[in-house]
Amino acid sequence: MAATTYTLPKLPYAYNALEPAISAQIMELHHSKHHQTYVTNLNNAAKSLATAQANNDIPTQIQLQPALRFHGGGHINHSLFWQNLAPPSSLDTKINAAPKLSEAIKATFGSEKAFKDKFNAALLGIQGSGWGWLVRFDNENGRIGIVTTKDQDPVVGAGEVPLFGVDMWEHAYYLQYLNGKAAYVENIWSVISWKTAEQRYLGKSADVFASLKASM
Amino acid sequence: MSATLLRTSAVRSALRSSPRASFGAATFVRGKATLPDLKYDYGALEPAISGKIMELHHSKHHQTYVTSYNNALEQVEAAQAKEDIATQISLKPLINFHGGGHINHTLFWENLAPKNQGGGEPPSGALSKAIDEQFGGLDSLKQKFNAALAGIQGSGWAWLVQDTQTGNIGIKTYANQDPVVGQFRPILGIDAWEHAYYLQYQNRKAEYFGAVWDVVNWKAAESRFK
Ligand SMILES: [Fe+2]
Ligand SMILES: [Fe+2]
Repeated sequence: MAATTYTLPKLPYAYNALEPAISAQIMELHHSKHHQTYVTNLNNAAKSLATAQANNDIPTQIQLQPALRFHGGGHINHSLFWQNLAPPSSLDTKINAAPKLSEAIKATFGSEKAFKDKFNAALLGIQGSGWGWLVRFDNENGRIGIVTTKDQDPVVGAGEVPLFGVDMWEHAYYLQYLNGKAAYVENIWSVISWKTAEQRYLGKSADVFASLKASM
Repeated sequence: MSATLLRTSAVRSALRSSPRASFGAATFVRGKATLPDLKYDYGALEPAISGKIMELHHSKHHQTYVTSYNNALEQVEAAQAKEDIATQISLKPLINFHGGGHINHTLFWENLAPKNQGGGEPPSGALSKAIDEQFGGLDSLKQKFNAALAGIQGSGWAWLVQDTQTGNIGIKTYANQDPVVGQFRPILGIDAWEHAYYLQYQNRKAEYFGAVWDVVNWKAAESRFK
């Protein structure tokens, strides 16, 4: 029962492609070091888990759950994050790249501006490390909503589809924005890929995570 | 030293002369928390912690906890005046987070010191004895402490604590700004938030955890140990 090996996905753009919103130095460390560490530790946890399963060792399997959640979550979150960002000059970052989703946003929040204000407030309200996500809830008639998660908890609940996420760990902005995280939150909108968000909004939960399987 | 005297007041200068007894009082003047002065320059902990990090960490991050704590407290007081229990309860996470951030950082600055003020000098007396008995020596404690720091999943702190029930010491980690209160007494804390090391160490946090022992003020830790 060999464990699957997960690998670091390639970015769909260059490290400097998100400037000036996110510096090349941040992107390089974030992808090649932080994300890589989650992948490495996920593989270690998956290997230990496979051994414990082969030995019918339930206590060890349970003991490995936090590591699996943290490092697996880190891998999932960052993989989704890279895909829901795009260079600011790209048409993908304009909200008309998401006609259906922007309709739902207006219906739910009143306006794009009101949505962004609420999303920003949610991001800035995170106490510690975590993420903010726009999510579709299939169990609630496909409604959308804003969800914050702590540490690397991934959005993988039944019927929950993450549309786009913003990393609020300090490593995501500190080298460029220092303690000024409000400016990071403001600038991130110039590199959100509405095209990706629209695809996820129209797709199934499994489709969203499909690219993760491909990187196994 | 003048660079660190950002908001010196007569009150705090006076309290600084008796720092041990004054932790609670020094930082809460007429119900309002204030940013405590550091007892050393921002650059004094180099090379373990850079001056840039210390300046941002103290004058920006810690200041924000102080400001936000005072704001939350004002709202609590307003809710109390109106006997609005629901609002008082809803404000508890903010008090815990920002009040915790204020307490944690205040203790942290005190349990660090530059080398010429005793930073890195091993503990002595009763605390040293407890470390030897319970950890088999200082090196072994550092190893276990560093493993605890490295194992924090997200933002948080690792503390050497004393169990007020048994008197024993132990290592505990706390998420985000959860403060060491209740059963355990804080003896020595290390900030494992990324803002504490990122400008200097980036993702190499193990290097920060290794270096920080050079500026640990064990005298402060001893004075907290009972
Ligand atoms: Fe990240
Ligand atoms: Fe801190």
